[in-house]
Amino acid sequence: MLSESSSFLKGVMLGSIFCALITMLGHVRIGHGNRMHQHEHHHLQAPNKEDILKISEDERMELSKSFRVYCIILVKPKDVSLWAAVRETWTKHCDKAEFFSSENVKVFESINMETDDMWLMMRKAYKYAFDKYRDQYNWFFLARPTTFAIIENLKYFLLKKDPSQPFYLGHSIKSGDLEYVSVEGGIVLSIESMKRLNSLLGIPEKCPEQGGMIWKISEDKQLAVCLKYAGVFAENAEDSEGKDVFNTKSVGLFIKEAMTNHPNLVVEGCCSDTAVTFNGLTPNQMHVMMYGVYRLRAFGHIFHDALVFLPPNGSDND
Amino acid sequence: MSGTAGGGALRLRVQEIHFREMASKSWLNFLTFLCGSAIGFVLCSQLFSILLGEQGDTQPNILHNDPHARHSDDNGQNHLEGQMNFNADSSQHKDENTDIAENLYRKVKILCWVMTGPQNLEKKAKHVKATWAQRCNKVLFMSSEEDKDFPAVGLKTREGRDQLYWKTIKAFQYVHDHYLEDADWFMKADDDTYVILDNLRWLLSKYNPEEPIYFGRRFKPYVKQGYMSGGAGYVLSKEALKRFVDAFKTDKCTHSSSIEDLALGKCMEIINVEAGDSRDTVGKETFHPFVPEHHLIKGYLPRTFWYWNYNYYPPVETLLDC
Repeated sequence: MLSESSSFLKGVMLGSIFCALITMLGHVRIGHGNRMHQHEHHHLQAPNKEDILKISEDERMELSKSFRVYCIILVKPKDVSLWAAVRETWTKHCDKAEFFSSENVKVFESINMETDDMWLMMRKAYKYAFDKYRDQYNWFFLARPTTFAIIENLKYFLLKKDPSQPFYLGHSIKSGDLEYVSVEGGIVLSIESMKRLNSLLGIPEKCPEQGGMIWKISEDKQLAVCLKYAGVFAENAEDSEGKDVFNTKSVGLFIKEAMTNHPNLVVEGCCSDTAVTFNGLTPNQMHVMMYGVYRLRAFGHIFHDALVFLPPNGSDND
Repeated sequence: MSGTAGGGALRLRVQEIHFREMASKSWLNFLTFLCGSAIGFVLCSQLFSILLGEQGDTQPNILHNDPHARHSDDNGQNHLEGQMNFNADSSQHKDENTDIAENLYRKVKILCWVMTGPQNLEKKAKHVKATWAQRCNKVLFMSSEEDKDFPAVGLKTREGRDQLYWKTIKAFQYVHDHYLEDADWFMKADDDTYVILDNLRWLLSKYNPEEPIYFGRRFKPYVKQGYMSGGAGYVLSKEALKRFVDAFKTDKCTHSSSIEDLALGKCMEIINVEAGDSRDTVGKETFHPFVPEHHLIKGYLPRTFWYWNYNYYPPVETLLDC
């Protein structure tokens, strides 16, 4: 009895030490990757106002109508309060938005992915969207329900980008050799990228359903690996001044962190004026953002936007 | 001879059994070792995933059951060090046309005074100063004690909720004695209030500051013409300010009350200052006593909450309440 319990204990100790080692190693690798991130990733910039003003008024109208964005939101039943908020707020500004859920939820309509695994959900959602809508939409935006997105700013960002080119953008992070777009900031794929992705989904050597041996690799990294085989590379989206437009944090968190990290300095500004996404919002905060972005305005300030993106006819869009 | 052979066989058998026992024992040991390592691994990974997992960061806002309660230092949230200059990247705004707003800034002069205290200067008032207060034509921070560095005016009172009315009286008196001719309208706000000055100017541009009138979120109980909620902030015309300060010199109004907004409202009625209608052109309220979430989300404030009985005007039930 004693020898058994001692060997049991030895086993427990060995197991935990092994696990701790692996976690540390994993962190060290990512940490190392982040340090290089400043210098080596690809940047993509928003258009310059001067360039846009050069285009004629009619062409601009045509241009603003040519963007059709299909929004994929991956949800799970536990996200139901965020799901409700997202459903009532920013997703109304997508040309079409559909919710892909791990299982059927009675309260809201969704497309059942019948799996709990995020990467499998993502694959199935992309396949579904591509098969069904490849002719109707030219840009595909994927987000989690913790994200708030301003679709008009997304369209503005994509303005001079050709969807028949393989674009894969958002907030990009470098992890070792791999540059990937973080799912928390939202992922944008052009129709060409969707095409290439879908051609690889059936090939398990390139695009396995279960990547990673011991730890599960996050779904955004798996997507990047898959896309890399198809020659599609991640790019970090920035405005004309180099500020990130896809954000993995909320405004409040940005400000809090900036102030905590530099208590003695006056921090210069927070985020881009043409930001596309913020993440980490609560359902209530979604409603406040919606009000702040689309309704509240300071009297007497007129923003001469070069373009207007109108909602589709008959949409429930405020 | 057969005895020893028999003994030998027996010994062999015993040895065999012993051996088997040992083998099974070590097999068992091995099994338990494996089990143990598996469990240790799992436990450890769980621990790590909890430690590295995200922590929810929301502090729910407190609804006061008492309409005259104020947000004193309740939450005890860690206050933000440092400051932010939101206008640093103003090149993003270079196409913005602010002529109308600039015009109103010159035409409708507003002096803002912010009710604060020594403990809140660094916690709250500092952030008011960095943000909306910059859009006032003139801003003053009123505290019980003077602070030359901030700068804050010392009203020479004590701190505390029961002192609010007395502080308000002294603050308005100070403003009257030093800045009467520097503005047309005099706005009182707390250090946890956010004021959109451009919209306030738009509201006030339609009125004459020589008229005795004041604006805010109008509440109906206790005062016939209604009174303005303290939390939502209120703004007095120049004439209203003159009459208010005069009312204390001539004892028309009482000095002591523990309910600042109600007492001010009663005084306004006595000195014939009109309680104005601050609603926008579609009838929605523009002054809000709570944070946006409370007002934007349908059903956030329960129907039995005192708020619904206090509002002077009926709510406009459209998509949003603002």
